[in-house]
Amino acid sequence: MSMKYDTLSPDLFEPAIVQEDEKEKIAAPHLNAFQDAWIRLRKNKAAVISMVVIAIILLFAIFAPMLSSYNYRATDYNNIYLKPCLEHPFGTDKYGRDLWVRCWMGTRISLLIGVFAAMLDLFIGVTYGAISALVGGKVDSVMQRVIEVLVGVPSLIVIILLMMLMPAGLGTIAVAMAITGWIGMARLVRAEILKLKSSEYVQAAILLGTSQGKIITKHLIPNTVGVIVINTMFTIPSAVFTEAYLSFIGLGLQEPNASLGVLINNGYSVLQSYPHALVFPAVIIVLIMVCFSIFGDGLRDALDPKMRK
Amino acid sequence: MAKYILKRLLYLVITLWVIATLTFFLMKCLPGTPFDAERLALMSASQRAALLAHYGLDKPVWQQYFIYLGSLLRGDFGTSFMYVNQNVAGVVTNRLGPSVLIGAQAVVVGVSIGLALGIVAAWKHNSLIDYLTMFLAVLGVSVPNFVMAALMQYYLGYKFSLLPVAFWTNWKCSVMPTLALALSAIAMVARFMRTEMLEVLEQDYITTARAKGLNNMKVLTRHVIRNSIIPVITVVGPIIVNLLTGSLVVESIFAVPGVGSLFVDSIKANDYPVIMAVTLFYSAFYMIVVIIMDVTYQLVDPRIRLASGSGE
Amino acid sequence: MKKLLEVNNLTVEIHTDHGTVYACRGVSFDLNEDETLCIVGESGSGKSITVKGIMRLLPKTAKIVEGSVMFEGRDLTKVPEKEMLSLRGSDISMIFQDPMTSLNPTMTVGDQIMEVLKEHKKEMSKQQRKARTLELIELVGINNPETRFRQYPHQLSGGMRQRIVIAMALACDPKILIADEPTTALDVTIQAQILDLMREIQKKSHTAIILITHNLGVVANMADRVGVMYGGKLVETANVRELFFHMEHPYTKGLLASIPKKGVKEELRSIPGSPPDLMAPPKGCPFAARCEYTMKVCQQYLPELTEIAPDHRCACWLLDERAAKMRQEVR
Repeated sequence: MSMKYDTLSPDLFEPAIVQEDEKEKIAAPHLNAFQDAWIRLRKNKAAVISMVVIAIILLFAIFAPMLSSYNYRATDYNNIYLKPCLEHPFGTDKYGRDLWVRCWMGTRISLLIGVFAAMLDLFIGVTYGAISALVGGKVDSVMQRVIEVLVGVPSLIVIILLMMLMPAGLGTIAVAMAITGWIGMARLVRAEILKLKSSEYVQAAILLGTSQGKIITKHLIPNTVGVIVINTMFTIPSAVFTEAYLSFIGLGLQEPNASLGVLINNGYSVLQSYPHALVFPAVIIVLIMVCFSIFGDGLRDALDPKMRK
Repeated sequence: MAKYILKRLLYLVITLWVIATLTFFLMKCLPGTPFDAERLALMSASQRAALLAHYGLDKPVWQQYFIYLGSLLRGDFGTSFMYVNQNVAGVVTNRLGPSVLIGAQAVVVGVSIGLALGIVAAWKHNSLIDYLTMFLAVLGVSVPNFVMAALMQYYLGYKFSLLPVAFWTNWKCSVMPTLALALSAIAMVARFMRTEMLEVLEQDYITTARAKGLNNMKVLTRHVIRNSIIPVITVVGPIIVNLLTGSLVVESIFAVPGVGSLFVDSIKANDYPVIMAVTLFYSAFYMIVVIIMDVTYQLVDPRIRLASGSGE
Repeated sequence: MKKLLEVNNLTVEIHTDHGTVYACRGVSFDLNEDETLCIVGESGSGKSITVKGIMRLLPKTAKIVEGSVMFEGRDLTKVPEKEMLSLRGSDISMIFQDPMTSLNPTMTVGDQIMEVLKEHKKEMSKQQRKARTLELIELVGINNPETRFRQYPHQLSGGMRQRIVIAMALACDPKILIADEPTTALDVTIQAQILDLMREIQKKSHTAIILITHNLGVVANMADRVGVMYGGKLVETANVRELFFHMEHPYTKGLLASIPKKGVKEELRSIPGSPPDLMAPPKGCPFAARCEYTMKVCQQYLPELTEIAPDHRCACWLLDERAAKMRQEVR
């Protein structure tokens, strides 16, 4: 041994007591999958900021119309096309309606349509995908053929056609979107369940005689929740976009109702003279889309670091 | 491989039939006729009957359906209501040029810029360029194309007069619509390429390549890009969908005389034959592109080439 | 015997989101000409990082913070990247663990071997390169080199792919071949074939080999000298006979005791516990927490690698003269 240790006291060369549990010490604390995901999500600053922005937008969409003294339909022909001011933070439109209230009301409607459409997708898609994967055999192959035919349809075109048929409303728009929207969810859920079914731990559970019900509730459902949640996070903004798109080509909600699409459409028609009428709803819709997209990405990375695509 | 393509084509035909049927019956359910109710009321009963007979609207619905399918097979989409006495196929083909020009330009611009951005972002992972590219990519996918188009028109066209605001007189008119459409393609390709390349960069064979003594540039061009660019083919399908749907609003906004604005106009005018024709055209186009891309993907990637059974 | 490579106090740190991993903590060893040095240790002991550090093929997050790697009078940790590029694949080449993933899937194996020649043997014509490649494919024991040349990796079996990787590594007659667990991912029968191939090649070309493994059977078969790594440190190094017959470090003993012996029907012995967390490596001997003979000094001071016999060095406080009492117990 080199010189620097020569001065060590001989006492140190006595046997030491090693705690038994030291040997098996596991460095990382035990966490379940969701706590783990939450910790990873919290580390993703962009996702956290997006989450906060979404929360703020939600709060405004819920409370701003309630707390304002204006009604989103109330016209005031003395005050048309006002620039943003203290009384009207977002200005007024061609009927003198307060755009602050209309914007948040529109956000509320747009988000409602988004959530409603996402729920329909979720319900139909998960049921279809789960039945297809769990029953298997002929049923599965017929259900898959149906999907293969439907996948070819450009969904927006179908939505446009349906909207020509149905009166535009919150419900009908969501239903029209769900008619093709569930396919993605169904495929995801089916693929995930099939993957799980062939995974070794489920195979082991089957071999050990675990009942089918238990396998579904203990293994299949908890492990597909992640995929479903992530996919829903992406459905909401795309539904918000579709609603706005429909309004823009004249098939969405109609005046005097408010939705982000209606507001953008109105704003666009007077863009050259009164840009503020377009800017505010446009910024809100962009924020919604950006934040959901970043948050969804963050959630995906957090829930399953491996499925990054 | 031939079997695979045949199978895909079969699905294409079935899907088109489903769409044709769906559109036909949807149109039949629509309230009102394309003709002005007032003008119809002014006509005499015989005039009205003649008009309906001219468009085949006097027969029972199921007969109309088979007549319709039959004429579809002959490439006859009927006559337009809006453009009187013009056959639909002609109306649509007349509008094809501008749409194809804008679409092709948007794909070229979108894919090339998207690839470049994606490669740089992944190579300089976690650098400022990476963050900036990703931010742009998120914006590109998130900003609705009509908002983007409207803002471009207002700023580039109206405020700073850099480009023509609208209309279709010379090539310059195609610049803004192209950019408005290309943005989402850029974003999608950049994002996909970046993810794909980051994954490839972590692969063992990249370490092998470095262990051979290749410099960064050679590792990048010969091994990284080569392997990460192949899967990008799979986003071409979604890009085409985005372009199609985007073209409806973008063409309307910039007054481009293309298929997209035709579709929007015919929706507003209840011009059913045109709506049905464009719907079928879009669907067929989209599906054919997807099939071509899937086949190309299989041809380009040696791993899949073998899996499909045409290898050893 | 001439020293070919001298690794001194090599220290590598990996910076992760969760903290710094002290993966390789002051490792020193020599490699002589024409010899096979085996580095043994369990997963996570820092073997791979050590050799990747020598090649400067560390992931972006890892950095050599201290130490030197002397090769032909140059310190590889300090030479400019350009010089390193000309060394990699020609003077020092490397074989990786998993042949399934270490070949480029979209490039024919022939092209992948040719690429090395193109990089380092610029004087060769295209025909010469191809001829040399075919020769290499044959050298590593693959039939029909012409057919194989044009095939993609997925068309070959795992064993064949590893042979291709070896052919690639041998393309420029390297002075040092580093093999990072080259047989771990292969079937047992194939493992033996690959090891035989490596031995044969060494006989022919006198390449020095650094072989990383966690399999003591492989060590007994292949090694001239052995280094045992634990917790990012080299704990014992000796020539192979000395190590197997006079091992001193309790970890080496534990490792050997965990191999089943021929004809002896006793329970397999394992070393209780798990290796230390290299994010927060223990202050003292990394093995202290699992050692049967831990003394107070072990928990507080790192033992140094000390020569205890010719060509046999060991880092353990038991070898200190003040630990005589404890040594009695060990015997």
